[in-house]
Amino acid sequence: MAAPTRPPPLPDPQFVLRGTQSAVHALHFYRGTQGQGCPLLLSGSLSGLVHIWSLHTRRALTTLDGHGSQCVTWLQTLPHGHQLLSQGRDLRLCLWDLAEGRNAVVDSVRLESVGFCRSTVLAGAPPRWMVAMPGRGSDEVEILEMPSKTSVCTLKPEADAKPGMPMCLELWQQADSSPRPRLLAGYEDGSVALWDVSERKVCSRVTCHTEPVMGLDFDSQKARGVSGSAEKVLAVWSLDEQQSLKVCRTHELTNPGIADVMIRPDRKLLATAGWDHRVRIFHWRTMKPLAVLDFHTATVHCVAFADDGLLAAGSGDRRISIWSLYQRT
Amino acid sequence: MDPAPSSVRLAVRDAIHTLSSSEDGGCIFSTLVSLKRYLGEAEALPGEREEFARLHFSPLLRCLVSKLSPDWLQLLPAGQLEELWASFFLQGPADQAFLVLMEAIEGTAGPSYRLMKLARLLEQFLHAGRVAVLMGEQCRQRAQPGSPLLRETLLSKVVCLPDHLSNRLQRENLALFLPQGYFPLLGEELVRALHVVADALRGGVDCSVAFASQVLGKVCVHGRQKEFLGVLVPRLAALTRDDALWQRVCWHLAERVPDRAMEAVLMGLVEAAPGPEVLSRLLGNLVIKNKKTRFVMTRKLLFLQHRCTTPMLQSLLGYLAADSQRRPLLVQALKELLETWGSSSAMKHTPVPQQHHVGKAILVCLAYLGEAELQDIREELLASMMAGVQNHLDSSLPPVRRLGMVVAEALSARLHPEGPPLKFQYEEDELTREILALVAPRPADSGPSNLGLRAAPVGPETRADDGRDVGMPPVQPEGADSERDSDDEFVPYDMSGDRELRSSKAPVYVRDCLEALMTSEDWERWEAALRALEDLVYRSPAATREVSVGLAQVLLHLEEKICVAGFEALRRRSLVAVTVTDPARVAEYLTTQFYAVNYSLRQRMDILDVLTLAAQELSRPGRGSTALQRSPPSPGGQGEPALAASQLSGVVHADWRAVVETRIRSKTRRFSKGPSRPDPACGPNELSSVVGWFFFPLIRHFDRPLVTFDLLGDDRLVLGRLTHTLGALMYLAVNTTVAVPMGKALLEFVWVLRFHTDAYVRQGLLSATAAVLLSVPAERLMGELSEELLEARAWLADVAEEDPDGDCRALAVRVLLLTEKLRDRLLPHPSP
Repeated sequence: MAAPTRPPPLPDPQFVLRGTQSAVHALHFYRGTQGQGCPLLLSGSLSGLVHIWSLHTRRALTTLDGHGSQCVTWLQTLPHGHQLLSQGRDLRLCLWDLAEGRNAVVDSVRLESVGFCRSTVLAGAPPRWMVAMPGRGSDEVEILEMPSKTSVCTLKPEADAKPGMPMCLELWQQADSSPRPRLLAGYEDGSVALWDVSERKVCSRVTCHTEPVMGLDFDSQKARGVSGSAEKVLAVWSLDEQQSLKVCRTHELTNPGIADVMIRPDRKLLATAGWDHRVRIFHWRTMKPLAVLDFHTATVHCVAFADDGLLAAGSGDRRISIWSLYQRT
Repeated sequence: MDPAPSSVRLAVRDAIHTLSSSEDGGCIFSTLVSLKRYLGEAEALPGEREEFARLHFSPLLRCLVSKLSPDWLQLLPAGQLEELWASFFLQGPADQAFLVLMEAIEGTAGPSYRLMKLARLLEQFLHAGRVAVLMGEQCRQRAQPGSPLLRETLLSKVVCLPDHLSNRLQRENLALFLPQGYFPLLGEELVRALHVVADALRGGVDCSVAFASQVLGKVCVHGRQKEFLGVLVPRLAALTRDDALWQRVCWHLAERVPDRAMEAVLMGLVEAAPGPEVLSRLLGNLVIKNKKTRFVMTRKLLFLQHRCTTPMLQSLLGYLAADSQRRPLLVQALKELLETWGSSSAMKHTPVPQQHHVGKAILVCLAYLGEAELQDIREELLASMMAGVQNHLDSSLPPVRRLGMVVAEALSARLHPEGPPLKFQYEEDELTREILALVAPRPADSGPSNLGLRAAPVGPETRADDGRDVGMPPVQPEGADSERDSDDEFVPYDMSGDRELRSSKAPVYVRDCLEALMTSEDWERWEAALRALEDLVYRSPAATREVSVGLAQVLLHLEEKICVAGFEALRRRSLVAVTVTDPARVAEYLTTQFYAVNYSLRQRMDILDVLTLAAQELSRPGRGSTALQRSPPSPGGQGEPALAASQLSGVVHADWRAVVETRIRSKTRRFSKGPSRPDPACGPNELSSVVGWFFFPLIRHFDRPLVTFDLLGDDRLVLGRLTHTLGALMYLAVNTTVAVPMGKALLEFVWVLRFHTDAYVRQGLLSATAAVLLSVPAERLMGELSEELLEARAWLADVAEEDPDGDCRALAVRVLLLTEKLRDRLLPHPSP
């Protein structure tokens, strides 16, 4: 082994976006409409506003106000048609049309749950897509077919399971010939369950935390996912051919509390948003810690990766930091 | 009686005549040859031979010795005459030859040709094994005992040979006659003589080993156990292994040792025996038969001395345990040991090594006793143990406390094997580990040396194995992984900043801190305030002075409501900072609180610590300029990890001693070498104006007991700390004007308490005395404190000689040296 050289000093953020006026709770990168050329960053804040930032000018282009001053917890664009989905604590899921500079709510869905659970989207053949969101019962997840808003099913755990509320959701489908939508849900009791949506049953469940699962992400190619919770441990679990989940390793953190986890689209890095104000970067395959980004002065609520590898972190200190780490050159 | 002279007598008379008058070598030679036939087996009648040996041999030898001179020996060429001459000594009756030789050697004045010849002859005599013959004959002469006087002479000559020879030969002494050479040889010879005895016994002849026992006893009384028994014991151990006859010979050997030599012999045997089995074979049931032996083995070696090493203790107590007749003695010994161990008077008046010795003996006893025997005396043991633990925990000396804990743990584990184990918290040191190792019972047939050998190599190996097992696996997968990993671009960034998150709510003003500490229910804020306080106080002295007493009060009463790492050290450092910033008022407050009611011992000791540390900080030269970049006071820093172990006061005790010792040492060096140190930072001693606030209130009230606090009664520990604190303050007040009245007060204080029973208090008094000597200017010392000093010197001399505590003695000697030096400096030339 080579002699250990001094590790490089901590990097600074590439730039910082200020001006949301309140804590940032949701971030999403968006390729933008054809005319705009450069990517955009969407941020949702505690005050219910959605800001659209130009990463080129580093200024907010537009502000969307659709959640009645209630916190925006989730933002997601659909892969086609320049539409944005935003979830707010006003119990509404809004669909915005962003094409050609428009910014109007074209549709909205009423949420039945007052929890903090973020929804998730699975795009099918256009214009159809599917959304999973917390359902009416406290432990239920509801699947809707969009844009028709017809309820596909309600996923309710067996009576004796008692996993508590769903805390985070992730819809995906296997890339093989017969795509069947699957849902990964992290629950309040610290377990992660894999649902087969079409059969409405739990394929597998693994308890990987002792505290509520706060965020999870799944790498469907490697069939491996990661979850963070209120405790000090990151859990990495894998899905085998028999569709059963297994914890393959855990990673101890210095401070407890993970608000969000995100795998970079090229599946090389993992970023976590920590309650300890820090963003941690891991090598996704080996889970080797690579960096601890200590920039924010309040809880980091969300992290997001752009397609080109740019990382954004939004925090309670009303700032969004943009980082460029381990970029492919 | 036979009136006519026998033929033997005539022949001898002729021979002596010839020898004394003749100058003719041939004639002398033939005469001697003719006489020599009386020594041989075949050529003379048994009656003649016996007569010759009994009556004429000694005179003949004396005559031969008297003729010894270079000329005489050269009457015949090639040393024929010398050879013949020597053969008389080497082949005749050994006792007479030996006595004549020794007599001749003692009669010779100084080193000379004659003396050297005799010495060489004696060497030959020894090498030829004639001493064994001599001792064997003495043992066989049971039927017709020789005169007691002769035996006594023989005994003393045999045992004291090295002394006699070195007296005579002085620098010409031969290696064989040195004790290191002679006594091993004597041991071999004794074994040979015992062989003769054993053979005789086998042959049905009656024998007595009394002479051998006397030799053994006398050698041991002369303190030559190591050389003598080092040879004898292994031989006898081997011989007695399977031979009952030899065992009986050994038992008799030990039994016949005179009473006055018994102790020395037993001491030597216990030391030389490799284990209890050997001791048991050599001694038999001597301890039951012989009163003196019983006293030595069950009382003297256990209670009155602490010379026994652990293997010796194991041999001794193992010997007692080895036989059913002796086991009651072991049980009795355990009871008495425990009584001694638990007695508070014994704890006060015996040195610590002796107490360790008793503790070890108890554990060895426990290892040898079985469950049933323990159950029989359980009640008694429990009672002694309870009292003993109480007394030990009360002691102010950490080693004694620790000993109490270790022994009590082991005891209760044996007495209540099924109950919940008694467990104390203490730091392990070498001594406790050694003691704990005794708890495990030893395998029956292996001696301690055996055990040691087996244990030693195994230890490191297993540790190395463990290291590999633990160290490798985490490394391997990762290494393999990163090798497989071609993503070299993922070089980790520096993650050293990734620490536990601390609240960022640390207050920025002293008043905020005070408020947070007093009222905050927000524990993060409370902790942050505690952590920030010391810096804040140093940074804003003016603001601190406004609230100093309030701050000191809050800090003094602060409780660790949530678990904060290093809480004690943080609190103490903050208190020190406050005291340093506003010395007069805070010191006044703290000293009044020291004697106030309703404080815990911990708080009172904290007050003392804080006062010392603050005084130390204040007296540091050049403090003003570097106050902000100073490092935290060292005793607090050192105390921190140990404080976490929550060992009440043990640590601070060590600190104290270290601090005082280093100071005394550094100071003494300065006296002897002159000021050779690099220029110390200069400046007025800031303590000068305020030290009175520290010192006098503390020394004023020590003799007024409160309801909850009685310094002269139970709270000896605090008194010990108080004496140390006063000493430290005295020392720190060097070069101040107030030093003289302080010294006077302190010496009076010392005088009042000088006979305190607690060793820790006495140590404090001694170091306080040293501090007075160091801090008060020598001229003033002689002028104004001379009477006190004289009294103190008498007391110091007393302590240096008679104190049961080793540290006290050493400290007293050191202080005495200091007084000597002071006197020498003041009176360099005593007036002519």
